[in-house]
Amino acid sequence: MNRGTFVIRRVLLLIPTLLAIYTLTFLLIHSTPGGPWSQGDKPVPPLVMERLNAAYGLDQPLWKQYLTYLGNALQGDFGPSFSSRSRTVTDIIGDTLPVSLQLGFVAMVIAVLIGLTLGTLGAIRHNTTVDYVASFIAIFGISTPSYVVVSLLVLLLASTFGLVPTGGWNGIFSKEIIIPSLALALYPAAVLARYTRASMLDVMTTDYVRTARAKGLSERSVIVRHGIRNAMLPVITVAGIVFADVITGSFFVESIYSVPGLGRYFVSSISERDYPVILGTVLLFGAIISVMNLIVDLLYPLLDPRMRSA
Amino acid sequence: MSASIAVSEESSKAPALESREMQEIESLWRSAFRRLARNRVAVASAIFLGLLILIAIVGPYLLPYSYSEQHHDAVRQRPSWDHPMGTDQLGRDLMARLVFGTRISLTVGFVVQLVILAIGVPMGALAGYLGGWVDTIIMRAVDVLYAMPNLLFIILIMTFIRGTLGDGDATGVMAAIASVDSKVGGLLGVYIGLGLISWLTVARIVRANTMSLKEREFVEAARGSGAKGSRIMARHILPNTIAPIVVASTLGIPGAILYESGISFLGLGVIPPMPSWGLMISEAIPNMRSHPHMLIFPAAALSLTVLAFNFLGDGLRDAVDPWMKRG
Repeated sequence: MNRGTFVIRRVLLLIPTLLAIYTLTFLLIHSTPGGPWSQGDKPVPPLVMERLNAAYGLDQPLWKQYLTYLGNALQGDFGPSFSSRSRTVTDIIGDTLPVSLQLGFVAMVIAVLIGLTLGTLGAIRHNTTVDYVASFIAIFGISTPSYVVVSLLVLLLASTFGLVPTGGWNGIFSKEIIIPSLALALYPAAVLARYTRASMLDVMTTDYVRTARAKGLSERSVIVRHGIRNAMLPVITVAGIVFADVITGSFFVESIYSVPGLGRYFVSSISERDYPVILGTVLLFGAIISVMNLIVDLLYPLLDPRMRSA
Repeated sequence: MSASIAVSEESSKAPALESREMQEIESLWRSAFRRLARNRVAVASAIFLGLLILIAIVGPYLLPYSYSEQHHDAVRQRPSWDHPMGTDQLGRDLMARLVFGTRISLTVGFVVQLVILAIGVPMGALAGYLGGWVDTIIMRAVDVLYAMPNLLFIILIMTFIRGTLGDGDATGVMAAIASVDSKVGGLLGVYIGLGLISWLTVARIVRANTMSLKEREFVEAARGSGAKGSRIMARHILPNTIAPIVVASTLGIPGAILYESGISFLGLGVIPPMPSWGLMISEAIPNMRSHPHMLIFPAAALSLTVLAFNFLGDGLRDAVDPWMKRG
């Protein structure tokens, strides 16, 4: 299979994947008892309920709702939100996704810096105290959920020392970003550190590294030019997948730190049976994950000439 | 005539071959175990987890308080002789809740792995052994689930199960399911949901191993002697795949524990007053400034447990490494 065919095939595979995700989610939310209007303390009068259902097409047979939403979604219309009726899902995603993306991006930058440093240090100081400490930090990061980290950081940095606010969002160049981005960065940093270390250890025992040493290169340039450059390949693969995790998994941090991102919105949309918001978010996250996987798969042969023929 | 002689020779050779293969597998396990025993961190983790399992089983019977008992004269108390880890906002003994939470977390970790094995092993085996369109269909399903946002999917499943079982007016089969659900603290949805989306790794491992092993001489020999596919799978391929499955399962447990506590943290997991480390952490957050002990104990329990499973899983992986390279 040549490269062009491969790319086209992979891109086309996104369609059945997203369709399957849409179908699964649709079936799941519509077989869950309770509707979008029966929320809150006051019961909605039957007549009003009927009118609302008619206005939003919920009185239609299920297969028709399935096709209508799908048709609209393909034209970029993800429907109105049931809980805040003046806004559409596209509006809501347009407001909240950039916040989640900015937060995720900053977290990812921090994660890459910490992860690569710890991983490289661990590998070049293999089996020394430096390695053990780096490994311990990494495995601690993997073992501690983000909501614990964000709570501990709030307790420490905000409540005890008063260095940063205890919650909120004010763009990426503000004090408010420190806690949520650090909390979100810890897990990916840990994953990257582990992969970097393992990959560096592999690379540093290869023949070309021995050759580089033998021809008298300084240890620093052996590590930077021959070690890190080659060790990055598997790390990049993981980084792409981890980035999708950061974007789609940020809602603990967003909820606790009151960051107005998409994740925080999703949790409330489920209890409110806000079907369009649920479908829109799941599809969007599914698309982000699929596209990240695709990019990683396509990027890999570009970075590693050995993969090009395969 | 000569053909029949050849067949009988093959079938007489096969049992010997099989027992030699079993011996080889046994000695691989022994040497893997020796390597594991030399890994101090993994051994310490295994001992810690052994203690934890013991605590989960007998702990709740040894403590003077139950996890739901409210002491109205002792609300949000700091650690003391009466309550070694203090009490929460309803005056419940935090140690009793933490110990019961151990049972919840470990059960989730193990049960979810069982569900994963029940789905992942047959799927991987079918895909790898049969190949063709069966393989294509199963791998497409894997691709779709791989793109599914996990946490969102589990939350949807939990909402579905809670909505279907929740009102207590379920009848027939649903009533039976509802009673199972309440016995496990409302976590049936977590078991099923996590199982449904996490079998991919195990399926991939079994598939890859099956595909490479089915071309090997000893499998060819078994096939030549007339063994059926199911027997080849059970006697020759799966025993050689156990090591990577054990590693994947051990490393899958912390993930399941973290998912459960995350879902309980959001209030969608265990049904109160059933404790879960995640729920305890979320109850601690509004109080954490004045009563940090409410946060520290469950957070430490969660981290340490997950840490120990990760260390043990890493140790196991290193211990069976030559085996995996061989497979």
